[in-house]
Order: sequence, then C-alpha cells, then structure tokens
Amino acid sequence: MRVTTTVNGERYDVDDVWEGESLLYMLRERMGLPGSKNACEQGECGSCTVYLDGLPVCACLVAAGQAGGRQVTTVEGLGSAEDLHPVQQAFIAAGAVQCGFCTPGLIVQTHDLLRRDPHPDDAEIREALAGNLCRCTGYEKILDAVRLAAETMSAAPVDDPSGAAS
Amino acid sequence: MPPATPTEAPPEPAAPADAPDATRGDVAGGVGHSAGRPDSTLKVTGEFAYGSDLWMDNMLWGVTVRSPHPYARIRSIDIAEALATAGVFAVLTHEDVPGEKTYGLEVADQPVLAFDVVRYQGEPVALVAADHPEIARQAAKKVRVDYEVLEPVTDARAALGHATPDLHGDQAGQVTELSRAAPYLHPEGNLVRHLKIRVGDPDPVADVVVVGEYDVGMQDQAFLGPEAGLAVPDGVGGVDLYVATQWLHVDQRQICAALGLRAEQVRLSLAGVGGAFGGREDLSMHVHGCLLALHTGKPVKMVYNREESFFGHVHRHPAKMRYEHGADRDGRLVYVKAEIYLDGGAYASSTPAVVGNAGTMGLGPYVVPNIHVDCYGAYTNNPPCGAMRGFGSVQTAFAYEAQMDKLAAQLGMDPVELRVRNAMAEGSPIPTGQVIDSAAPVAELLQRLRAMPLPSDLDGADLRHLPGGVSNTTHGEGVRRGVGYAVAYKNVAFSEGFDDYSTARVRLEAVAGAPQVTVHTAAAEVGQGLVTVEQQICRTELGVDTVVVHPKDTQVGSGGSTSASRQTYVTGGAVRAACHRVRDRVFALAAAYLGETLDDLRLEGGNIVSQTRGAVGSVADVLGTEVVEETTQWRHRRTEPIDPETGQGFAHVQFAFAAHRAVVDVDVELGLVKVVELACTQDVGKAINPDAVVGQIQGGSTQGMGLALMEEIQISEGKIRNPSFTDYLIPTILDTPPMPIEVLEYADPHAPYGLRGVGEAPTISSGPAVMAAIRDACGLELTKVPVRPEHIVDGGADREVSGTD
Repeated sequence: MRVTTTVNGERYDVDDVWEGESLLYMLRERMGLPGSKNACEQGECGSCTVYLDGLPVCACLVAAGQAGGRQVTTVEGLGSAEDLHPVQQAFIAAGAVQCGFCTPGLIVQTHDLLRRDPHPDDAEIREALAGNLCRCTGYEKILDAVRLAAETMSAAPVDDPSGAAS
Repeated sequence: MPPATPTEAPPEPAAPADAPDATRGDVAGGVGHSAGRPDSTLKVTGEFAYGSDLWMDNMLWGVTVRSPHPYARIRSIDIAEALATAGVFAVLTHEDVPGEKTYGLEVADQPVLAFDVVRYQGEPVALVAADHPEIARQAAKKVRVDYEVLEPVTDARAALGHATPDLHGDQAGQVTELSRAAPYLHPEGNLVRHLKIRVGDPDPVADVVVVGEYDVGMQDQAFLGPEAGLAVPDGVGGVDLYVATQWLHVDQRQICAALGLRAEQVRLSLAGVGGAFGGREDLSMHVHGCLLALHTGKPVKMVYNREESFFGHVHRHPAKMRYEHGADRDGRLVYVKAEIYLDGGAYASSTPAVVGNAGTMGLGPYVVPNIHVDCYGAYTNNPPCGAMRGFGSVQTAFAYEAQMDKLAAQLGMDPVELRVRNAMAEGSPIPTGQVIDSAAPVAELLQRLRAMPLPSDLDGADLRHLPGGVSNTTHGEGVRRGVGYAVAYKNVAFSEGFDDYSTARVRLEAVAGAPQVTVHTAAAEVGQGLVTVEQQICRTELGVDTVVVHPKDTQVGSGGSTSASRQTYVTGGAVRAACHRVRDRVFALAAAYLGETLDDLRLEGGNIVSQTRGAVGSVADVLGTEVVEETTQWRHRRTEPIDPETGQGFAHVQFAFAAHRAVVDVDVELGLVKVVELACTQDVGKAINPDAVVGQIQGGSTQGMGLALMEEIQISEGKIRNPSFTDYLIPTILDTPPMPIEVLEYADPHAPYGLRGVGEAPTISSGPAVMAAIRDACGLELTKVPVRPEHIVDGGADREVSGTD
C-alpha cells in the first residue's frame, strides 16, 4: 500500500508498505530516518519515541498505515548538528550519552516533558522518563541533562517543532 | 603444597616499548579533563550509524532458524519449501559451512550451524536470506527440521555427577570424582574447568564459624542495540563485515576459520555499538551474515529482535555456592572454604576464564590465611554463559559479602568494622599468593563511605518515594529502612599468562597550516568512551588540539577485547607509546629544522617548546609536508598461569577496588523494595576523564543493583521463559536512586598515568550492598539473588539471620 505522511515537516509518499509494518520500520528502512531506535520493538524501552500529531508514541507500536495523513516528528526533526536543540545540547553537556542507543527516544520524551512542564522536579522527571530504558548511565546524568535543558530553555525559549499545537 | 613465600611478579621483558613520561603541561581536553565525546553530536541527532542502521541498495535480510529444543538429535533438515518461497535467495545449513564447522573464544566447541545435535534452545540450525525481513522470517518457518528430543541436563552439579552439598554440614564437600550419571554433552565430558586453591592448614579450627549456601540467577547484558551487522561480498571471494562487536580481531580469526578464508579476505569494520557489557564477545550474526553474502553475492543485513537477542548472546553464569567462614573472637578471618558451581550452559564460551576469576577473586578483598576453594564450570543444556561485566567476580561477591555480614552478626560486631579488620592493603597476598604491589585502599573506601551523609528519613507523604510508588501500595505502614555495605575487587585486563596487548597507529601532519593527529586502533568503542580517551592521550602527549579518531577496523593490528576493564589501560598504553615514538621523530625533525639538537624539548600548544628557551618552532612548520606515522604494539606486564593443584601464581595484572553503601526502604508486607540511595567509593588510580569515570561507576552500580532486585533469565527445563523486556526487567529511572560517588586516585606505578580499569568493580559491590540493606531492613537471611517479593514476605520459609535472635 501507499502511505502518505508528513515527517519532520516534509511530505512523504511511501510505496509498497506492508500492512504489518510498523511506523518504526517505515521510518528506518523506507524513509532513511534511522534516528528512532529499534531496541525492543515491543513498546517497553522507549528508544523509538516519536511525536505523532504532537503526542509522544512508541513508533514500534504504531502501524505504518496509521501514520497516513498525520504529522510525525522524530529526533531528526528536533535539531541538527549545525542547529542543536537545547535538549540535545544538554544531553551532550551533561555527559548523558554513552552508547547513545536510548538517547534519541529520551530526547523526544524530554522535549515533550519540558513542553508540558518547563520546571519539573526530580520526581516528575523520573515519572516522565520511566518508559525510557537506559543500560549505560544509571540515569544520574540523564537527570542532570533534563535539569540543564529546563534551565536553558526557560532562559531562552525555542520554537516547538513537534507539530503539537496549531 | 602452597609456596612458602608469596608470589612475586615475573621478570619484565627487556626494553619496554614506551619511554618514561616527559613533563607534561595540563592540556585542555587532555588527560585528566572531562573532554567531550567525539560522537555525541551524531548520537543526539540520530545520525550515528549503529549496526542495525546500516543499509545498502539491493541488500538482503538474513534470518536465523533456531532450535526450539534444549537438547535434541537432528534426524534431517528439509529446506526445499523454504527455498521455493518467492523472494528467498538462499537457505543454508551446516553443509554450506566451507571451513571449520565449530568455533569458540577459548574452545572451538560451538557449531556455526548445528549438525547432529542441538545443545540449547535457540541454537542456530539454518539461515535464510530474502529481500524483505518478513519474507525471510516466514520462509524460516518452512525449514523442516526433524528432531529426536532428548532429556536436557539442566543443573551444573548434576551435569558433573556431584551431590548437592549438605547445607547444614560442618565441612565443605570434598567432591572431586566425576560420575557418569548425566550424559556427556561434549566428548570430553561436562567439566569445562575445575579451579583449586589450597593455602595453609587443610584442617583449620576457628572460634566462630558461619556457613551459607547462595544462589545467583542468570543475568542478561540487556544492551539496548540488538546484535546487527552488514556483510558485503567483494566479488572476488572475500567479504567486508560491518558489525557491532567487542573485539574485531578475535571475530576475524573465528570467521576466517569458518569460511576457510585468509585474514586479508575477511575485513571487519566496527559498526556503531549500542552497549555490550560482555554480550558481544562471542560471535552472533558474524559468520552467518558472511555465509549468506558470499552465497548470494549480495550484501546481507542481519538484525536480531529483542526476543532473538536473548538467544543470540551468552549470559552471566548462574551460580550455586557454598561458603564456610571461620574467624577468631576478635573477628580476624582464620579460614574460608568455598565451593562454587558456575553453569556454563551448552558451549564453553569464556567459561574457563570466568572460573579463573570466580575462583581467584572469590573470597573478596580480605586477607585469609587458610583457604580451600573449588570452583567448577560445567556444561549443561541451559543457554550458553560467558562474559558479562564483572566476569565471575559478581556472583561470588554476593556470597562472600553475605558471609561477612553473617559473621559480624555472629560475633556481635559492626559489619563495616569486621570488613576493615580483615581488609587487604598494599602488600597483602590475594588467595593466589600474589602480593598486591600498589594501593589497595579497602579500609579507606569503607570508612569514607560510612562518613558520607545518610539520606533523609522516609517521606511517607509522597507516594513516589515509597516502595510500590504510585501504585499506591502503602502509605508507609510496613515499610522498614535498611542500610548495607559491601566491598569488592576485580582483576583488570586478561589474566593467567594471556598475551594481552593492543596496537595503535598515530599520525601527525600539518593540515592547512595546523597540526592534526589521527589515531587509529581496532579497539572497540561500545559506549564507554574509549574514543574520547584516545583523543585525550594524543592531546596530552603531542600538544595538538585536533585529534581525529579513525574508524575502527582490522586495517590496523589488534586492540584486544573491550572487556575486563582493560581498554583505557592497554589501548591507552598503546596510544601513548605510539605518541612517544611520533614525538621522538618530531624532535629529530626539529633538530634538522633548527640546525642543532636540544635535549629539553616538549610538544605543547602546537609548538615545540624548549625548557630553557621557550617555543623554538611550530609543529606545522617543522613538519612541513612530512607525515609522521608510527604503529606500536603495547603490552601490560606479564602474568603467569596458576598452579593447577594449589591455585598459586602471579595471575593478575592489576586490581580495582570499589565499595557501596545501599539504603533501602522495604515494604515487608508486600516484599517491595525501594532503593533510596546507592553510594559508591572507588579507587581509579587516575581519572583520565573524570565525568566518564563517574558515568561508568553509576552505570555499573545500576547493573549490579538490577541483578540484586529484578534481573533474572528464568529457565525451566532448559527453556528461557522471559525473553523480552516485558518479562526480563532492567532498572528504570524510577528504580534507580541517587548515587553519590567519591573517586580516589591512588596511582598504580605499573600502569599508564597510574590509572586503574574502572568499568567492572562497581558492578560487583553494588548488588551485595543492596542485598545487605534488605536483610538489615527485614531481618531475613535471603540467600537467593535476585531477591523476589515472596522471599521477603514468605519469611517463614527462609532462615533467620544467625546471631540476631
């Protein structure tokens, strides 16, 4: 089947998609967007977190066809090497990246948290990120990164590319 | 009999490869700084290419057909229907393996594809390549394998024909005779290795004796990036493999043997690695992908999903252990007897070395005058076990630290005081007789830990701080707090005489008028930050800011394994040695450039600097168009095998020490545990990158805590019951507490920069500290790891802690 969808603001027409394919597979294997990661493909680890019409979802649990006619934002859409989002900058500055496989999902999830709650306390951060597994860091530096991102973003607000509002 | 004198280091080979350190300035981004990772921008933008992200036009997808049975004879394999499926390009079995049919890290006992017999559930039997992964998966189901199912051997002691030790007996079992009660799973029998340590009086007498039997479950590395790689045929009989792995050259050796190809025909490059923790030491898709690529003439990508990953790599050995500790009334250890059984599963993997560690490190960082240890690694039909962070030391630490607490309770002593009284120090012998010849601050680590402030009391008003969290299982009633301590040590790098080395190629050249260094090693970056360390060392040694890390591949010599906490030490040592050679050549060029030889030069800030005259020229000017490149092999000091009868010998290169204090709240009515804080002190010798060191300690501590609380591959009749992240739980951010850390830096004079390997030690002591804290909270003995709610709630079925009633 053909799936027409908007990803990171760009319209895609994807042909030959199987009914059983996930949005994650379509992004990674058919659209050249492998930033969303395939750690469990069971909705347990959060490493494939993307926005679907402004709501964070596990792309592995969304059928590719369900993305038809909708807005998807992936980690690639939040910032680029030349223009990093403050959440991305904070993960680098805090040393929250080791192997990095959980990082794209955590960045999208953190982006969503700070959009909803610009000043979360630690308990709120933990609840918000409880669906994102990390095996390397022990989460301490991820907490540091979220606190740092909250700080820099309240000092200098940035545009929201997630496609949530409007 | 044990030697009368402790074992000294064997003589060093003449002319070490590296000269003594020159005086170095404090270089920005150099050694000792928390320099940033060179790959972090790619990782936060999603552009970093992991093994599973690789893609080529016209590539095929490979899928593995695996045995559903833990033990069965293969009567026949019928591939016709699978091969006839539209979109399928190849279906291969063991008959298509052109070279050696078996491979292995230490023993080549594992079939590339099963023939005659399968020995574990999930063993690869056949391969399928198709143009869509789902077609490959559907075709794989059409491979008809006719199995004669056999009764699996599922217990390590039973596999060896050993009786279950008498828990309440006074003496450790003296079991050495093997019976033939269980079938031989391999021609030589079911024993992989039996390590013995015999020191001092064989019949020691002590004032106080405590005995305990402990079980540790099978832990999974649970790296997030699944096994993945892309094999690309070169059209002339060779293959290029891009793969996520821990040691490119040991993979290459095994792949060449299986394919019947020469090393230059099998070129490996490291794909992005999403964590490893030991689980990528053994081959996974490597040979399979290459076989399919060579057979079809097309690039073949293989990516395991999470369920397959549980079958696709080795796990941490489950252990059954019986310990007996004897001490005098003052709390000084008189003797320890230990019997340790490690279930190696169906194939050897690194079981011999894991047995080596569990045996020689298995009494903890304590001075023990009389020792009797038997440590066994056995073949069974359970999933193969091998390397995981901590490597044999993790399992035994749960036992020896529980024993120390039990002994303290029996003596009426403070558990920390008992540990301090028996702590190793510099100059102490370890059980192998090897004398520790650098700092061993065991007592200080414990004392500093105890001096750290305790977290505030239970806040029952906020559900999120309670065991059970927002599940609203308690408002504080039935919740008891406990505090527990543990200390551990770990051998760094490869032991027992292994020729352990790394290779570094360092190039210095002027690019657009500025000096630039390129560092090339084959040492795998798996997330730990070796690429950063390589840059830092080059900056410090060559005084150059811009350091490019060449992609990791087999076009340079072996970097050795990214395991055993060894890469910063060994590859770091190789990079430093190569830098020194480059530096010496630059000084020779400087002599020609200056027209005189100065012997007080150093490289700093892109300049050649004389101690007496200051800057005498820029590196770029001195180099001109010259490219200075040096490739160096570097070895740590030699070790030697241990004596097979007494276990004595200079077996280990270096030791890393860590201690933990855990504070827990336990809902004793529901058996739920909330870890409130997990504090750690660790001696790292020299923190090459302080932030990365803390990251290693926090990550390692969390994995140890996970094993204590929730992580277990559950096996029943040889079959894995929970191969998913739904049922195999690893700590989330909610499960993981704040982790205050104190890092000590007592330089090891034998190591580059005085550093000690960091990664493993914190994984060893954190779990035992958590267990100790839970015991402290609920007053139960709790001998099984991970502890389950029913162990805590159903306390009547467990035993009360000796000496507390």
